[in-house]
Amino acid sequence: MAGADISGGMTSRASGDARLRPYLGFIWPALIVCTAVIIFPWLFTVWMSLNDWHIGSERAFVGWANYANLATDRRFLESIGHTFYFTILAVFLPLVLGTMAALVFHKKFRGRGFFRALFIMPMMATPVAVSLVWTMMFHPQLGVLNYLLSLVGLPPSQWVFATSTVIPSLILVEIWLWTPFVMIIVLGGLASLPTEPYEAALIDGASQWQMFWKITYPLVLPFLVVAMIIRTIDALKAFETIWVITNGGPGTASETLNVYLYAQAFAYNQVGTASAVVVVFFAIIVALSLVLLWARQKAKWS
Amino acid sequence: MTLALDKPALEKGVLGKRGRRRLRKVADKAALALAVAVLLAPCLFVFFWMLSLSIKYDIDNTAWPPVFWPTEPTLDNFRHVFEESPMFLYFWNSVQVTGSATLVALLLGVPAGYGIAKAKANGLAAMLLLSRMTPGLSYLIPLFTLFQMLGMIGTVWPIALTHMVITLPIVVWIMIGFFETLPHELEEAARIDGANLWQAFRYVALPLARPGIVVGAILSFIYSWNNFIFGAVFAGRTTRTMPVAVYNMLTFESFAWGPLAAAAIVVMLPVLALTIVIQREIVQGLSAGGVK
Repeated sequence: MAGADISGGMTSRASGDARLRPYLGFIWPALIVCTAVIIFPWLFTVWMSLNDWHIGSERAFVGWANYANLATDRRFLESIGHTFYFTILAVFLPLVLGTMAALVFHKKFRGRGFFRALFIMPMMATPVAVSLVWTMMFHPQLGVLNYLLSLVGLPPSQWVFATSTVIPSLILVEIWLWTPFVMIIVLGGLASLPTEPYEAALIDGASQWQMFWKITYPLVLPFLVVAMIIRTIDALKAFETIWVITNGGPGTASETLNVYLYAQAFAYNQVGTASAVVVVFFAIIVALSLVLLWARQKAKWS
Repeated sequence: MTLALDKPALEKGVLGKRGRRRLRKVADKAALALAVAVLLAPCLFVFFWMLSLSIKYDIDNTAWPPVFWPTEPTLDNFRHVFEESPMFLYFWNSVQVTGSATLVALLLGVPAGYGIAKAKANGLAAMLLLSRMTPGLSYLIPLFTLFQMLGMIGTVWPIALTHMVITLPIVVWIMIGFFETLPHELEEAARIDGANLWQAFRYVALPLARPGIVVGAILSFIYSWNNFIFGAVFAGRTTRTMPVAVYNMLTFESFAWGPLAAAAIVVMLPVLALTIVIQREIVQGLSAGGVK
């Protein structure tokens, strides 16, 4: 579900309207529902972010106070740091591994469809249930992961129970979950590649490695950027795995923006503060997406 | 390489060359098999471990070193899950929520996707992207307040309604991609024969779009079934969906690993079954949606 061509819509307004009018009948039911379920909450959120409202007590208009409080709230600022740390790794590693997986699963071999199906199972499995299994695997005394480490002679790890290893451990889950997604997008790219450049390169005696960097990589790059955009948005929003496995802990060591938001809204019932967090959060997501969309245009043209 | 073989001057070396080539082929095959194995091992291990935990007694589950193959396989954990909690009720809740959210999304989303694709309304498509970018939690605060005022908290309908946030964009997005690839000559022919826009859609485009609709329906079913957060906020004791029910088990029985793993399997079984059955369509549907 990625980049619609936004720039294309701007070409000529008038002709676009004329084209759109006969089809409005098809679109408006969905549009109304979208407005009700998406736009209404938005207006409400922006309005609430300017109020001090603790569920169960009186609401009071406070202007920018919620934002000012956030700017000095250490826990909030730290959660932004955690979010970026988490996002960078949770985008980069699945991207690399997913591309490698796509190169392997693009080759023709017997049973490919079946093995592909097995490989995409993680991204289809219920995240809460998966997180639960990982929680058990991470257990520092009885978990199977520490046993596997001991088999290859490595010392046991505290995994999600120590401040320094909690985010890398969560990244492990994220890699497991989302590498298949990157693979699918890149596979789509590989399937659309022409065969002529490879034949020419083979005749010229190019190595596999050269062919990848000189032919495959540039041609697949636009697909990689799409995967990166979607992955970035999803990683910023990651919630279920973190919430189920660590609850933001130990302490607040793995508290990302989304987890902080949940705590504010549904544990402390601070609707005003939580709404302000939503607005800031959304601004970050939009800003990052714009940067990435810009990168995508560049990748297209170069 | 085939060219080289045809040269008579090389005839003498052919056997050696053929042997080397065969060796090379075997080596390539082995490397490929190894790569597939390395990729699949971590992926499958988690599922294997889940299965293993679910069919072992607690003694085996808390043993060190861990027991991989159960000495005595048991279905006690599954029995425990169904006896200790109203799993069938939760299952039914999930079916209601996911089923209605998917159905309504199809009713609204398929025509919308058609309209957007035909009118090339890219602005509207971009709006969908925006809805994907919005963190799900941000819908929840206002909707929670609204549903509380309307007294709807405690029924499954607020959950089903909010699941539309997930299902509708998926269906619309997949359908846009699908309708864009359909040749439009057929509908134009129908229009010339006097069909109106709706008839052209209903009798020409819609039947052709069936594969796209299946993919959209299944993907939105999977994502809605897997969703935890909306249910977690809106569900009361009797309206939990499956993922919420399983999460609740974790908070109350954090050391009963067997039943927890069994519950995890029960939740994801329908989704995994669907994935295996239609993996090719999923791969096509997702990459088609991602690539434009």
